[in-house]
Amino acid sequence: MSATSAPIDQPRGGGGDRISTFARDNAWTLGLIGFLAVLLLFTKYVNQTYGLDSLASTATSVVPLALAAVAQAVVVLSGGIDLSVASQMALTSCVAATLMKGYPGEDVAVVIVVGVLLLGLVLGAINGALVVLTKVPDIIVTLGTSFVWAGFALLVRPAPGGSAAQWLKDLVVGPIVSGIDVIPKAAVLLVIIVAVIWIPLSRSRLGLSLYAIGSNPLAAFRSGVAVNRTKVLSYIVTGFVAAFAGLSLTASTGIGTPVPEPTYVLISIAAVVLGGVSMAGGIGGAFGPIVAVIVLQLIRDDMTFMHVDPNYGLVAQGIILIGVLMVGSLIQQRRSRA
Amino acid sequence: MTLTATDLLLEATDVSKTYGAVVALHNVSLAVRPGEVHALMGANGAGKSTLVKILTGAVSPDSGRIVVRGRERVSHSPADARRNGLVSVYQEPAVIPDLDIRENLRLTQTAVEPFRHWLNELGLENLNLSTLSRRLPLASLRIIDLARALAIEPDVLLLDEITAALPANLTERVLEVVQQQGSNRSVIFISHRLIEIAAVCDRATVLRNGETVGVVDVAAGSEDKIVELMLGESAAALAERQDDAGAAAERRQKTPRLSLLGVSAARRLHNASFELYPGEVLGVVALEGQGQDELFDVLAGSERPTSGSLLVDGKPTSFRHPADAIRIGMVYVAADRAEALLMQRSVRENISLPFTARILQWGWINLGRERRKVDEAVDTLQIDARAGAEVRRLSGGNQQKVTIARWVASGVKTMLAFDPTRGIDIRTKTQIYVLLRDLAAAGAAILLYTSELKEIQLACDRVIVIFGGEVVAEMPAAQADEVALLRAAHNLKPGSALPEEIAASRPSDKAAVQAAIESQSATVNQS
Repeated sequence: MSATSAPIDQPRGGGGDRISTFARDNAWTLGLIGFLAVLLLFTKYVNQTYGLDSLASTATSVVPLALAAVAQAVVVLSGGIDLSVASQMALTSCVAATLMKGYPGEDVAVVIVVGVLLLGLVLGAINGALVVLTKVPDIIVTLGTSFVWAGFALLVRPAPGGSAAQWLKDLVVGPIVSGIDVIPKAAVLLVIIVAVIWIPLSRSRLGLSLYAIGSNPLAAFRSGVAVNRTKVLSYIVTGFVAAFAGLSLTASTGIGTPVPEPTYVLISIAAVVLGGVSMAGGIGGAFGPIVAVIVLQLIRDDMTFMHVDPNYGLVAQGIILIGVLMVGSLIQQRRSRA
Repeated sequence: MTLTATDLLLEATDVSKTYGAVVALHNVSLAVRPGEVHALMGANGAGKSTLVKILTGAVSPDSGRIVVRGRERVSHSPADARRNGLVSVYQEPAVIPDLDIRENLRLTQTAVEPFRHWLNELGLENLNLSTLSRRLPLASLRIIDLARALAIEPDVLLLDEITAALPANLTERVLEVVQQQGSNRSVIFISHRLIEIAAVCDRATVLRNGETVGVVDVAAGSEDKIVELMLGESAAALAERQDDAGAAAERRQKTPRLSLLGVSAARRLHNASFELYPGEVLGVVALEGQGQDELFDVLAGSERPTSGSLLVDGKPTSFRHPADAIRIGMVYVAADRAEALLMQRSVRENISLPFTARILQWGWINLGRERRKVDEAVDTLQIDARAGAEVRRLSGGNQQKVTIARWVASGVKTMLAFDPTRGIDIRTKTQIYVLLRDLAAAGAAILLYTSELKEIQLACDRVIVIFGGEVVAEMPAAQADEVALLRAAHNLKPGSALPEEIAASRPSDKAAVQAAIESQSATVNQS
C-alpha cells in the first residue's frame, strides 16, 4: 500500500499506534527506501566522486522511466498489464517534437502539450476498449498495440528529430534554483505530476474501484462496481501518465525518438513488482515503483562505475531483482503465518 | 446371506480428518459387502464428500485404515485409488472440455470397447467419440463419466450424486445399470433422493456431524429411520421466539417488498414464485443444487432470468448489473467471504466499497462522512478490527461481519443472505442472526438461505422449500422443525411413505424403478 493512500486506512487510535500501523502497512516501501540508502552508500564507496550533483543528475535521468513505472503501476494494481507503455511514450514524444518543429512558438507549444496528453488518453482508451470488448488477454492486446503505436511513431518521424519548446526544456533541465544543484527541476516536476494525478486518484471513487477490480473482480461486481468500465478507465489513466512520460522524453532530449527503448517496458514492470505492487492486482501505489526505478538505475550506474562488462551487468541486474523479490516474499509469508 | 468381516469388499475403519479446528470426520466406519449397492447418507456438511475424497485418494486421512478385499490400501491420488480398485464418479464432470471423447479415454487409459458397451447400456448409443466434450450437454457428460468408470472394471464404484443432473429417462437407465452390477462389484451410492435409495440400495450408512450414526438395511419404511438418523436429536433451540400471528397477518396486508412470478434462470431454476414482505425474515431451505444459487444470483442482479417477472414494491423490475440492485437497497451477502471481500484491502475500504462504487459520481470520497459511517457499522456489528489493515488477517466470523456491515452502512432495504453463517463459530453465528432480526424489526425484508436446518426456527418468520428449481413447500417457522424441513427438502409429502409396491418389488424390478421415478416427477409437477 502506498503512503499516499494511507489516510483512508488509518485506524482510530493514538499517535504512536498510528506510526506503528503506518510502518507495518508500508513495510515494503520503507524496506525499499532502506535498500536505496544502502545502495547510495555503496555507490559512494565504488565511486568516490559521486556527490550531490551526481545524485541530482541520476534523479533527472530517471524521470521518464519513473513516469512509465507509475503508468504501469496503475494498470497492474487494477489487475491488468500494459506492454505498450514504451510505444505510447515514443508515439506521444514524436508527435510532440514534430508538431513543435512544424509550428514553432512558445504559445502554440502549450496547445500541442495539451493535445499530446489527450492523445495519451485516446491511446489508453483504445487499449482498454480492446481488452474489455475482445476478451483477448490483456498481455496479448497490449503486445499488439505496442507494435501499432511504434509503427505510427515511425510514420510520424522516420528518424529521430524535431524540436521542443524552450519552456518545456526548461521544465526539466537544470536545478530549480540556479547555483544550488541539489534539487533538480526534473525531480520536482516528477513529484508534482505524480501528486496531481495520484493523490486525487487514490482518494476518489475511481481509485477505490481500481483496487477493487484488481483485488477481487467478483466481489467488486457484487458490490456494484462496473468492472469493465473501471478496467477501461485504468488503461486510460495509464495512457495519460505514459503521455506525460513521452513529453518528459521530448523535454529532456529536445527531440522525438521513434523507436521505443525496448527495456522501458521490462523496467517499468520490474519497478512495479520491486515497488510492492502485486502482479495479481489489488495492492500497491505510485510511490514504491518510483523508488524502485531509482534503485534499478543506481544498480546500473554502479555496474558502470565498477567497469562490469555490460552483458554481465544485465545478468547481475536480473539476479538482484529476483533476489530482492525472493527475500520480500519470504518476509511476507513469515508475517502472514504469524 | 451370511458374511463374515473378511468377506467385505471394502472396509474403512476409524477414519478421521481434521481441517484446522474443524473436525470433518471422527472415527467414521464404512463396510461394503460384495455385490451390494450401499447408500452413503447425511445432511449437508455431515462428512460425505470428505469420506469420498479419502476413499478415492484425493485427501489423505489423519488416521484410519482402508481395506479392499482383505488387504490394507493407501491411496495418495485418484490414480492410486484406481489401481486399488476404487473408482469414483464425482459430482462435477471429470472430462477435459477441450479434448474429444476418445482423447479423454486415452487420458485415463480406458479401453474403448467396454466403454462402448456401457454407453449402449446407459442409453447413449449414438455418441460420436470424436465430439469435443464441451459440445456435449451436461447429462451426456455424466453418462460418459459413468461409462468410463464402469469400463475400468473397478471393485468398488463410488457414485456421488450421479442422477442430479439427469433427465428422468437417463436416470432410469443409470439405476438399472447400477442394479445389474454383479456380485463381484459393489457400488457406493450417494443421492439426496430417498426414492432412488429405496429403489436400488441394499443398505445405507448414515453420517451426522462427521460420525457414523447408523447402518440401515433398506426396506419399506426405512426412509423415515434414515431421516431420523441424519438429524439426530434436535439441538435445543437457543431462544424461543414468540411467533406473533397478528404481526404476520399485518405484514401480509402490505405490498410485498419482493414478488417472484414464475422466475426461471440458467438450468436449475424453474418457475419459482414466492413473496417476501417488509419486516420479515423468510427462510429458504433446499438440498444442494436445487436452484437456490441461481435464485439468489437473479435477485442480486448477477444473473438475468430467462423468464418470469420480478416485482419490487409492486413495480416490475429488472437488473442489468448488481449496481442496479444495490441502488434500490437490494443487497447480497455471500457464504464464501472470498467472493465478497477485497482480501488485501482494509476493513474501511471493504465497508465503503459499495457506497463509493458508482464511479460515474466523480470526485473525492468524503473521508469524514465515510469514516463516520464505517465506524458506526463497525460498532453495530461488534467487529474486532484490530487487524483491520488487511481483511484477510481477520477471523472468518469477523470477515463475514464486514460483508454485512458494508450493507448496513449503505442502507439496506432487502438483504439476500446466502448461508451467511457457513463455517462460523456459534457465538458470531448468534450475533449475525440477532442482527438479521434487528434489521427486519427496523423494516428491512430478509431472504435467508441456510444449510443449517435447526437455525430456521431461530432466525425466520416463514420458510419456503425449493426442490428441482421450484418452491415446493411453504410453512410458518413454528412448524418448520428439522424433520418437516428435511422431508420437504427431499420432496416427501408429510406422512407419505413410499408406494408399497415399489418397496415390495425390490431389488431388481425395472418397472418398479420406473414407477418410482415417474411418481417422483409427478409429485414435483403437482406442487
